[in-house]
Amino acid sequence: MNPPLIRFTDVNKRFGPLTVLDRFNFAVQPGEKVTLIGPSGSGKSTVLRILMTLEPFQEGTLTLGDLSYHEPNGRGPFMASDKHLRDLRKNVGMVFQSFNLFPHMSVLRNIVEAPIAVLDMRRDAAEARALELLRLVGLLDKRDQFPSQLSGGQQQRVAIARAMAMRPRVLLFDEPTSALDPQLVGEVLGVIRTLAHEHDLTMLLVTHEMRFAREISDRVCFFAAGRIVEQGTPERIFSSPEQPRTQEFLKSVLTGQG
Amino acid sequence: MTWVHDLAILTRGAGITAIIAVISTLLGAAIAFIVGVARVEGGPVVARIALFYIEFMRGTPLLVKLFWLYYALPLIGVSLDPFTTGIVGLSLNIGAYGAEVVRGGLQSVPDVQIEAARALNFSRRYTLLHITLPQTVIEMMPAFGNLAVQNLKDTALVSLISIADLTFRAQQLRNITLDSARIYTLTLLGYFVMALVLSAVMRFLEHKARRGAAFPRGMQQ
Amino acid sequence: MMYGFTYDTSSRLAYALSILPILGIGLIVTLEAAVAGFVFALVLGLAWSLLRRSRIRAVSWGAACIVEFIRDTPLLIQLFFLYYVLPDYGVILPAFLTGVLALGLQYSAYTSEVYRGGFDAVPREQWEAATALNLSRFRIYRDIVIPQTIPRIAPAMGNYAVSMLKETPVLSVVTVLDMLNLANMIGDRTFEYLVPLSLVGLIFPIMTTLCSVGIHALERILPKAGVALR
Ligand SMILES: Nc1ncnc2c1ncn2[C@@H]1O[C@H](COP(=O)(O)OP(=O)(O)OP(=O)(O)O)[C@@H](O)[C@H]1O
Ligand SMILES: [Mg+2]
Repeated sequence: MNPPLIRFTDVNKRFGPLTVLDRFNFAVQPGEKVTLIGPSGSGKSTVLRILMTLEPFQEGTLTLGDLSYHEPNGRGPFMASDKHLRDLRKNVGMVFQSFNLFPHMSVLRNIVEAPIAVLDMRRDAAEARALELLRLVGLLDKRDQFPSQLSGGQQQRVAIARAMAMRPRVLLFDEPTSALDPQLVGEVLGVIRTLAHEHDLTMLLVTHEMRFAREISDRVCFFAAGRIVEQGTPERIFSSPEQPRTQEFLKSVLTGQG
Repeated sequence: MTWVHDLAILTRGAGITAIIAVISTLLGAAIAFIVGVARVEGGPVVARIALFYIEFMRGTPLLVKLFWLYYALPLIGVSLDPFTTGIVGLSLNIGAYGAEVVRGGLQSVPDVQIEAARALNFSRRYTLLHITLPQTVIEMMPAFGNLAVQNLKDTALVSLISIADLTFRAQQLRNITLDSARIYTLTLLGYFVMALVLSAVMRFLEHKARRGAAFPRGMQQ
Repeated sequence: MMYGFTYDTSSRLAYALSILPILGIGLIVTLEAAVAGFVFALVLGLAWSLLRRSRIRAVSWGAACIVEFIRDTPLLIQLFFLYYVLPDYGVILPAFLTGVLALGLQYSAYTSEVYRGGFDAVPREQWEAATALNLSRFRIYRDIVIPQTIPRIAPAMGNYAVSMLKETPVLSVVTVLDMLNLANMIGDRTFEYLVPLSLVGLIFPIMTTLCSVGIHALERILPKAGVALR
């Protein structure tokens, strides 16, 4: 087996007195598609947000390739310099539950802004890439619209294109369809499904769409109270979960989904 | 005859008032952005200095600041001419109020926008200039409009440090003509008209900014 | 010498300490002017806001214009107007009272806006319920609307009270012996303005901070549901 791309080792994460991750251990192989499931408040978003450097953590180590999230002499809440954090972020992209497109920029500019400003891409190259991505998410005709003129599903597809434009090695999805009307969920899942075929892209997905998780993931991890209680192939987790908490959780969500 | 004469003198004063108001408002806006950004984005030391500046400037009366600059500052070796004193005093004063507007605007941008910018690896500077400020600057404009009118009214105080503005001319005329009712009525009307014009300009700018934001060049409806 | 206190110019510190009592006397005048002016502003502002709600178009429109005019013109000129024009018509008032009138007039424009926002925020149902009980308009305002409005408008009113406190030094221009005027007079006599003016510049932020603390405390103790006027 290859060395893992992402490795959490005994990571502790607290918000004040509340311990959210408790000696958390977790590794992800390059190119792996991992789905995180679990009850609300179990720490799934926190794992993604730590990877995106949106949250610091207190103890333990986290590595991404050969980069450690804590610098040897790092300071501040992240124990790392701004430059180091930016080096880390080069590898990671994130798709948020609430899309978070920039409301004052057109669809095209939302996508090309970061490649031009951060990766120093030339505008024509960035736009060519953006149009390619817009074709991929099926929104080529919306390039000059503004986010407020799009449906939620369209906004989320733009947000996915925007994240992909930075060519991340790891793409994080935090409940990308939870804020959408039911009839719009399918189009977003369709885009994520396409990305799941990209061999090199490592994906971490938090979702309540169990059938979709089963279909695209290599591995499903069940979270409870800041730890991974059970993990395995989707077939095993969904058809024969071993832990009672997993069984209970799956029963409660699957009855809801019919 | 006297009406024409009085009006001519008052108009000359009003010109000075307008110049002082415009310069100090623009300088004040610059201070507002620098201090407001420092307050939100600065490290612990810088943010605290900005806070102190804002609180101190907003805590002291403008007239006291003007007199201090005019009478006290020369005693520690810094002599400014009245015009500069007036501009500096007004700008420092209105800049502090504006800084609070900028702070409020920046803090009103949802945190998730800043997180999205971070996820795209924008630098903090880039995030400020291209993500947060553009989203909020239009929302700040009504408050800036009010402050501009406030500042226009405040300029009347510079007459007390011997700048020949509208108020100063009114005082001169009154001392000569002793026709207080007429002179002050004209003066009040002068300020009122200038305030209306200023409000209209600020509303026009806001309107233009909103149009610009909603229908940028190159967009087909 | 002023008010029986002598200036000790042997050192800056001694000088500052020797003139503090004099400035203290001025501070009392400053506070009196602010309190009296704000009470007047509260009353007059309420009057403006009620006139603006008048069913007679000319009245509501006229009140709106007057308020706009007052708000858009400088306090200093309004003060000069009252100070120099009223005597021409036989109304001779002490300078302090003229100053209080000018402060109250200027700030009535601001307080009337606050009242207006407060009245607009009272739910329609409250008006309808009061009307259904066949209360007179006077009673509706006194017993139903204003009591509910008070906790809502208190913070904004408090901020204006602090602003007004900071504008009182303007009264020194018409010979009111407030803190700034006394500081200038001390400066005129000693040729040393730095210490008296700096002291005034320090005392004001202390005063405004204390006032803000007091206002926050007041906001906390005001019942959210309203304050009955009787
Ligand atoms: N900024 C914060 N400050 C304090 N507590 C927080 C913060 N963010 C998250 N938490 C707490 O941390 C715990 C884990 O949160 P997290 O968002 O990771 O859960 P989750 O598994 O994603 O849940 P959900 O399914 O509701 O999104 C929760 O109890 C939450 O209340
Ligand atoms: Mg979550």
